[in-house]
Amino acid sequence: MAATDTVTAAPRVEASASAWRRLLADPLGAFGLALVVLIVASAIFADWLAQYPPTQLDIRNKFSEPTLIHWLGTDHLGRDTFSRVVYGGRIALWVSLVAVSISLVLGLVLGMLAGYGPRWLDSFLMLVFDAVRSFPTIMFALAVVIMLGPSLETVIFIVVVTSIPVYGRIVRTLTLSMRVNEFILAERSLGAGPVRVLFHHVLPNVIGPVLILASMEIPVVITIEAGLSFLGVGVRPPTPSWGSILNDGYAFIRDTPWLVLAGGMPVIVTTLGFTFLGESLRDIFDPRLRRD
Amino acid sequence: MADAALLVAEGIRVRFRTVGFVRALIQGIRDPFIDAVLDVSFALGPGETFGLVGESGSGKTTLVRSIVGLVDLAAGVVRFDGATIVDRSDSGLRTIRRNVSMMFQDPVASLSPRKTVRALVTEPFHIHDMTDRDLDVEARQLMGMVGLPVQLLANYPHQLSGGQARRVGVARALALRPKLIIADEPTAGLDVSVQGEVLNLMNELQTDLGLSYIIVTHNLPMIRHVSDRLAIMYLGRFVEEGPTAAIFAAPRHPYTLALLGAVPQPDPDKRREEIGLIGEVPSLRNRPSGCEFHTRCLFAQERCRVEGPVLREIEPGRRVSCHFPRM
Amino acid sequence: MARPILDIRDLSVSFATPRGSVEALRDVSLTVPQDSIVGIVGESGCGKTTLISTVLRLLAYNATVKSGEIVFEGENVLAMSDERLRDLRGRQVAMVFQDPMTALNPVLSIATQMLDIQYREPIPTTEKRRRAIDMLRRVGIPDPEHRLEGYPHHFSGGMRQRISIAMALLMNPALLIADEPTTALDVTLEAQIIRLLRDLKREFKGSILFVSHNLGLIAELCDEVVVMYAGEIVEQGSVRQLFHDARHPYTRLLLECDPARIEKASRHLPTIAGNLPDLAHLPGGCIFAPRCPRVHEPCRREAPQNYAASKGHDVRCFLVRDG
Repeated sequence: MAATDTVTAAPRVEASASAWRRLLADPLGAFGLALVVLIVASAIFADWLAQYPPTQLDIRNKFSEPTLIHWLGTDHLGRDTFSRVVYGGRIALWVSLVAVSISLVLGLVLGMLAGYGPRWLDSFLMLVFDAVRSFPTIMFALAVVIMLGPSLETVIFIVVVTSIPVYGRIVRTLTLSMRVNEFILAERSLGAGPVRVLFHHVLPNVIGPVLILASMEIPVVITIEAGLSFLGVGVRPPTPSWGSILNDGYAFIRDTPWLVLAGGMPVIVTTLGFTFLGESLRDIFDPRLRRD
Repeated sequence: MADAALLVAEGIRVRFRTVGFVRALIQGIRDPFIDAVLDVSFALGPGETFGLVGESGSGKTTLVRSIVGLVDLAAGVVRFDGATIVDRSDSGLRTIRRNVSMMFQDPVASLSPRKTVRALVTEPFHIHDMTDRDLDVEARQLMGMVGLPVQLLANYPHQLSGGQARRVGVARALALRPKLIIADEPTAGLDVSVQGEVLNLMNELQTDLGLSYIIVTHNLPMIRHVSDRLAIMYLGRFVEEGPTAAIFAAPRHPYTLALLGAVPQPDPDKRREEIGLIGEVPSLRNRPSGCEFHTRCLFAQERCRVEGPVLREIEPGRRVSCHFPRM
Repeated sequence: MARPILDIRDLSVSFATPRGSVEALRDVSLTVPQDSIVGIVGESGCGKTTLISTVLRLLAYNATVKSGEIVFEGENVLAMSDERLRDLRGRQVAMVFQDPMTALNPVLSIATQMLDIQYREPIPTTEKRRRAIDMLRRVGIPDPEHRLEGYPHHFSGGMRQRISIAMALLMNPALLIADEPTTALDVTLEAQIIRLLRDLKREFKGSILFVSHNLGLIAELCDEVVVMYAGEIVEQGSVRQLFHDARHPYTRLLLECDPARIEKASRHLPTIAGNLPDLAHLPGGCIFAPRCPRVHEPCRREAPQNYAASKGHDVRCFLVRDG
């Protein structure tokens, strides 16, 4: 028995130390990480990377093809597409980071309350979560935009409301399975109240899987933002956004296909990067999926 | 002994809901509850070790959990050193929590997995707002008391062996200097050669600190060595209670007889005297009529089927609930 | 003597781990004769689980069989094709696991599971059903015609273990491996299961390899006993030789530690001082030397071989060689 014990216990001890090594050893994970680093770096250093302000008009130079001056050409208003893509990345990451963080925190708290609290609270929260999830996202988004008006904050609000149930449900399930564990009983027998049990003992055990889920939610949020902006109900023009770049290019797809590509490629690259990274992280940290 | 008792439990009853409120209403189930513990009374003196044995589902674990307020009492009173609790909101519960610690079955799983040993053994001080003391000193002292090297303070539970994790459990239980430790299967999951270590440690601590123990177990050979008094539970009730040596020498209740007879003898030439039991443990939802043990009892008579026996004293300090106790 | 059912010779198994090679089994030799019950005793870490996994070739991917052979009815298990192996596992060797709660598939009825394992038999379904019902009756399930339609959660732990045994015996295997089959059960159910195994063994003419840490059960059930420590067999012999005339210091200590063997109630229980050796960094000499109360000159220097204390009683200890 111990032979297997030592075999399974040994890698676990070194899990955190070797997480980086394992991530880099996984080709998909390393590739995802590279893409994510590239995108985050380009967003951070947008001011240096972009040769032009993203909203600077140059009507005489509209629909320029990709040249050495305009790497990705210009759009129908003569704005430099590369600069807009770089600044659009900043918006996309900002929106997704803020939205994911808020929904993560709220989802964690509500999920733990549902899983650990009284039964009626659980039933109530689950009812609310299901109601939100059963509403088609795009209809909900359009309704909210009509009420609040299109803006960055509206996009964030929409994302937060629709993704809290995603985290909440998973946290609730994890909490439910954890509350019957002996160590929770042991804490309670020492006199620990619900706040201490939840934040000191449940939270550290549920945060890992949820963080990995969050990293895989980032591209989803980016697509929602791009989608809303594409429909013209997202980020307000002339603020650059991948969705609005796509939309601007869409009208002229026959003559200037590079505009659509410039708006679409970053969405695809970012989605792939975060998804690969998230999946690789999940495999590394979830012992049940690990093969040794 | 009653006036000198450290812990007194009177008429303890614990009920669990088995069917949800709405379902019970729809299906017309009158009584959606089962009694996991029924009408249990006992007293425990200072420095005493009380063994609680029975098969799974007999209610022994539920009984001790109700004493520390982990499950609610449906009826009955727990008195500890003058403090009284009737339900979980009582202020007496705080006295109990300070003075009664629990050790749980699984040595590793009862330790919070993401905490270091240091955090685990000092946690009781945080919970009870006693952080004014030097927690490093306390942690080292506790490790010394349970015979663990201080280097282990930086380890996580999964890095400990079963025996070490069990000792950490003892250290946590000792932190607030309790008067009573309740140990639920303290030897479960430990090898025979390690069981002795843990039991010897518990015994030394009892001598040094004047602790009382309640030990819940189904390991009968072990409890024979370590307990002063013993109670045997069946379907949530005590069926026999008395001094351990006397019970092992001459069990009076047929169930005790069967339980002791079922222990395998580690000697190929000594077959156990199996006093077979008929059938299986009945469901708590359909308690048998009369004596609840009559469905499995080899000695059951007509009276047993209709009239339930009471737990009565048949000799000093020895109680049995049977119409026809064995001699 | 008739050919043994199972003959394991000089088996060594190691696991590749980040800490290096863990030598989980070293030079293990044991024989299960026909129509007998052989018990394997040992504490956690002794390698008994690795041993039975190797017999069924169910080892983890990082395990390597470094030497030795496992001969089952004249055929080397380690050289079998995958197809032959599946046949072996299903028909000739059956297994009963520790936890009756998880050994049965919770979403399939008992009938489905008991008919499924007979898929190789060229007989009609009604006949398979009849066999299943018959087997359930023999393991003591009341009213088997109706209970067959039940699901695992309809049965108590003891009943489930009976069903697991019924399923294992359905193909009439030559060898039944029982890995701590009663650890999860209460003592009264344990007694029933042990009695059942003993009775069934009489009926079925097969052999049983019984793995347990419970000395009482070993003494009660087994004919031959093998004592393992840290990946080695330190002593083997008949059940009486082992329990009445244990020669290896580890066996003796193990027997002394069992509270059921201590006649007089005592608050101070014996223990075995020290810890298991690290199987990734084996100490030289005898594996038990670091914890042995009778360690002497050659023990730390060279590893003992098997020495016969009497006929059929082998001990891996210099005390036996030197008388």
